[in-house]
Amino acid sequence: MKKQILGLVATVALAAMAVVPASAHRQWMMPSSTVLSGDDVWVTVDAAVSNDLFYFEHQPLRLDTMKAWAPDGTEVQLENKATGRYRSTFDVHLTQKGTYRIASVSDGLMGSYDLNGKTERLPRGTTAANLAERIPAGATNVKTAEANNRNEIFVTVGEPTTTLFKPVGKGIELVPVTHPNDLIAGEAATFQFLLDGKPAADLPVTVIPGGIRYRDQLGEQHLKTGADGKVEVTWPEAGMYWLNVTTPQAGEAAEGTPPPIARRASYVTTLEVLAP
Amino acid sequence: MPSTSRTILIGGTLSAALTAPVMAAAAPATMDVTITIPQLKVAEYHRPYVAIWVEKAGAPAKTVAVWYDYDMKNNEGTKWLRDVRQWWRAAGRTMTFPANGITGATRAPGAQKISFSRAQLGATAAGEYTLVIEAAREVGGRELLRIPFTWPAKAGAGGRAAGKTELGAVTVAFR
Repeated sequence: MKKQILGLVATVALAAMAVVPASAHRQWMMPSSTVLSGDDVWVTVDAAVSNDLFYFEHQPLRLDTMKAWAPDGTEVQLENKATGRYRSTFDVHLTQKGTYRIASVSDGLMGSYDLNGKTERLPRGTTAANLAERIPAGATNVKTAEANNRNEIFVTVGEPTTTLFKPVGKGIELVPVTHPNDLIAGEAATFQFLLDGKPAADLPVTVIPGGIRYRDQLGEQHLKTGADGKVEVTWPEAGMYWLNVTTPQAGEAAEGTPPPIARRASYVTTLEVLAP
Repeated sequence: MPSTSRTILIGGTLSAALTAPVMAAAAPATMDVTITIPQLKVAEYHRPYVAIWVEKAGAPAKTVAVWYDYDMKNNEGTKWLRDVRQWWRAAGRTMTFPANGITGATRAPGAQKISFSRAQLGATAAGEYTLVIEAAREVGGRELLRIPFTWPAKAGAGGRAAGKTELGAVTVAFR
């Protein structure tokens, strides 16, 4: 009985962790500004998981793995952290000139094993480091797959810099061709996406303008990275956009059964597009 | 620090240049710009931030004047420079403030005059240039005007543009 509930919990947790499946709620961060001037400036960020962009109406985005880095690569403390019913919020004090990165990155393992004739899912929070202790004695047929989830935003004081864009080589990462803090409505922007450090061809890219609540059409763009991992986006108007890149889903799972275990990676960012 | 920023202001020397007797030289060496800042009937009025710069095809934008709240404590007035958004992207974001010979105080509604030498404009080479004037007002709007000019210039009136919201008439003359 207890095991069954645990199994169910694990499945639900896994589904929640599954990297933004097509029908899921969207994770996002919303900075107070992305283009800043001045010597002593702050940015405040809301972080949530919701259907409508960018309205907090479902769950807060947890701040456990949220971090920020200054242009010189040093980690910056998040200040005034709080997690409420619908959103988390925090501030970052921007004392350097250049581009800051604020990111929540999770590298986990999804998987299953057989025990006593039943297939069990690995619990949420399983990583390569703790895999051994999470597999009970007697488990057989252990299957695992990596799940890398990156949700990050960029804010720039003064001139945009690219010091923080050195790929770590894990999951999906953005390499600027156009700097993400230099976007203007009507101008095309190009980004390159890497999967595990290599140009990621044919990855689906979804771009959705904010303000969904007050319009009839989603207005999303469905794009695909080219052979070089690059994708070009044209912004129809100024505003905040949600951009999501995922590894393609390995077919739809049958109703009621957990999704197949396959390598997954997801990338989410919020981009501010200024008026010309 | 405040005393430093005050000494680098160009406003004073410029009005002096304006009132100086006009040289009867053949080739104009100075551009006089008159920018009308409109009187607005609004509940909360702040003088606009104004950036003036010169564009030339193939060359980086050259800022010639920025009127902003330069004298706030801790240089806090720079926080809103990015609201003069086209200028911020074209030139402002690579600059440090206060900027010598460029920083100036915000101006009141009315006709405001400022003059630039050919060297200040970065127009030492003969050719086509554009003077760009962008104004952004706290709790207000933003407007941008362009006035093309060529160098060498002819003495006398050299172009005009008129704004609708945040800027009135802007005229350029050479002497």
